[in-house]
Amino acid sequence: MATAPAIETRHLTKKYRNALAVCDLHLLVPRGCVTAFLGCNGAGKSTTIKMALGMVRPTAGEASVLGTRVSDIRASCRTRQRIAYVAENKPLYGYMTPEQLMRFASSFYADWRPEVAAKLLGEYALPPDRKVKSLSKGMRTKLALLLALARRPDLLILDEPSEGLDPVGIEHLLQTIAVCSAEGVTVFFSSHQIAEVERVADRICILDKGRLLLNASLDDLRESYRCIDVTFPSVPFEREFQISGVEKIRTSGRQMRVLASRNAEAVVERAQQFHAVSIDVAPVSLRDIFLQTVQEG
Amino acid sequence: MFFKLTPNAGQPLYLQLMEQIRHAVETGALRDGDLLPGIRTLAEKLVVSANTVVKAYAELEHEGLLELRQGAGAFVKLRRRSRSSPASIQNAGSLIRDLIERLRDDGLLDEEIRRAFEAELLYQRVEMRK
Repeated sequence: MATAPAIETRHLTKKYRNALAVCDLHLLVPRGCVTAFLGCNGAGKSTTIKMALGMVRPTAGEASVLGTRVSDIRASCRTRQRIAYVAENKPLYGYMTPEQLMRFASSFYADWRPEVAAKLLGEYALPPDRKVKSLSKGMRTKLALLLALARRPDLLILDEPSEGLDPVGIEHLLQTIAVCSAEGVTVFFSSHQIAEVERVADRICILDKGRLLLNASLDDLRESYRCIDVTFPSVPFEREFQISGVEKIRTSGRQMRVLASRNAEAVVERAQQFHAVSIDVAPVSLRDIFLQTVQEG
Repeated sequence: MFFKLTPNAGQPLYLQLMEQIRHAVETGALRDGDLLPGIRTLAEKLVVSANTVVKAYAELEHEGLLELRQGAGAFVKLRRRSRSSPASIQNAGSLIRDLIERLRDDGLLDEEIRRAFEAELLYQRVEMRK
């Protein structure tokens, strides 16, 4: 079971009345990595996560988590003991204090680490005896994170964990994710903030309108995505550049801009064949990849 | 040790980290036997996935620049002769300059000289592999 992926979905689909939230999703999240789940608001990220956790029943298809099929209720109950999850809206009992909540949560989990909980309580500067309902949004986010991080899960799933946090809180959150990865925890977190994803993540999945547009390692993206600007004496037809790996071509006057997901050398070679006056090859930022992919999709 | 990783540089972060460690060794900021930060510490400091640090350390161990000792950490290991000394590089420069001068006198074009150099270097590499 150790080699089973953290999350695997096949044909996973969710329909709400007329709206298609998730559509025929084939998602594969490997173990031992930090995977960022990117997408605009309403792309279907939370629905996907909830289906993987058995909180929402799929309309079609199935999901497996840590090698257990979610539809197998008894087995997936045991598997969920090895997963820590911070939900999008951070639901917490408003009438309890952080201290009471910690005691309450600790009784559910064999892997609860009281010393980590106490340390995080100090680091997050959470008031231990104030009622949760009187805490700010950022504080509630931190408390929800504390409840997940005080455990030692195999898989940590965070749904929009940075929402409501200030820059210091976000940096701390990302550091925590980095440490989790060093401790062997598989991390899967959703976000629509690209800046917070691009340093800490090993892999990214981009979801748009319920469909998976990209699932790749960031190393590969950095190495192979290129934007090639070419100036010609007279611009050739765009179709001359429709070669494998080319994602997008735009022409303006005597210039052409080619976005390639790989094979940039072949584009350069082709440009030389058409007597290009200048060729400029530049890396593409994750932000541009995200915007291009989402707009295309 | 200070490292600076640029997510938008179009180069994997582990390669950037490798280059900066190599550079630190070349400039003497890191010396033979120095201990590099632990994987967890460096991942937390740089706010990168632990895999980035693991990959960089493993590749540098493969290159022979680091020695990973189980439980103890990553140590800088300088081979007796990892790179040529600045003096011998300077000497090579003047030798090549003289040679190029002579070849130009013989009427060779720069492009022909360059190709001849590359061909010879390539030829020697193939010979060495045999």
